[in-house]
Amino acid sequence: MDEELAQRLVERFAFLSKRTSKDCLSYFCPPENLVELATSLRDREGFEMLVDLTALDWGQENSPRFTTLYHFYSLALKIYLRIACDCPCNDKPDVPSLAAIYPAADWHEREVFDMFGITFAGHPNLKRILMWDEYPYHPLRKEFPLAGIETPLPAPDVVEVTNVSVKPAPMMGGPFVSPAEGNVSESEPRAKDESWTEEVEKTL
Amino acid sequence: MSTKEIVYDSKVEGEIVVTRADAVVNWIRQHSVWPMPMGLACCAIELMATAAPKFDISRFGMEVMRFSPRQADCMIVAGTVTYKMAEVVRRIYDQMGDPKWVVAMGACASTGGMYRSYAVLQGVDNIIPVDVYVSGCPPRPEALLDAMIKLQDKIGREPSVRNLRKSQGIASVA
Ligand code: SF4
Repeated sequence: MDEELAQRLVERFAFLSKRTSKDCLSYFCPPENLVELATSLRDREGFEMLVDLTALDWGQENSPRFTTLYHFYSLALKIYLRIACDCPCNDKPDVPSLAAIYPAADWHEREVFDMFGITFAGHPNLKRILMWDEYPYHPLRKEFPLAGIETPLPAPDVVEVTNVSVKPAPMMGGPFVSPAEGNVSESEPRAKDESWTEEVEKTL
Repeated sequence: MSTKEIVYDSKVEGEIVVTRADAVVNWIRQHSVWPMPMGLACCAIELMATAAPKFDISRFGMEVMRFSPRQADCMIVAGTVTYKMAEVVRRIYDQMGDPKWVVAMGACASTGGMYRSYAVLQGVDNIIPVDVYVSGCPPRPEALLDAMIKLQDKIGREPSVRNLRKSQGIASVA
């Protein structure tokens, strides 16, 4: 089933290029063909669901820096299809919005915009969904520290009485994460030690 | 019976009860705490369990959970306070009438808990005064009940009349 579909997709959409994948079918699609592809996937290939939409930040030193990822699912074929779309511009990443084709894309694209700062051309209401509107950063970008960056809160009257602002969180030796590789027995979560955010410097 | 306690003797006093104003006011306040369930994350589930029949918070006269700050006098902050929510929590606190108390339920509300991150306020005491902190992630309902009993004790020790006079701008007699 997968091979049949793969054959058909490659024949019909010459712009698709194969992407290595350990699970489902996966292709790269250039941003200018994304809307065309999504429309055909929905109307002709039976992928009625957009189950996931997210993005990857490969780091400042890489180009293309941002890739948006789409997972489509066909209820009839019971097949997942992953489409990756490299954002052409590294400073102002921009890809076409799928919100008009798959309504599920609406909030997901807002989340990607909020977290990565990728804009979606044609989105009906592209504003932040998790952080507040005035927040100046995009927290899932690689250069953003987990602890956060000092930022004023958006409510001046509350700030006046409480004197509170967004402060880098004390990391207390953390974050505690597992190394990605190795046996489970060896990949216990361990401290990455980002305690530089603490007010008192740590002495060993 | 301790000598400090004021005892009512019906034969001598008839229909008169002698006591201190503080004792009466505090006794009333203590046993009719109306909580405002500020349920923000997983801890709120334990808060619900506390209110449910098995743990039965109404044994302490606190079952009247009010979702309107105007009708509540004890905010139970149960959950993770994000920076985005902090403003709302403060505004709701401001809308509660005096006297009012705050219980920080769980690690998140007390200190930010395991969320050492850009999005989470590191302790609700950064924005509102907290009376009782409850440890745990989440605290068991018994722990919350214990905190509420501690809060009752605290209310019982308050100089309510003096506070009342102060808030009304009346000079204290004592
Ligand atoms: S303290 Fe634990 S249970 Fe409570 S809100 Fe935080 S993470 Fe959830």
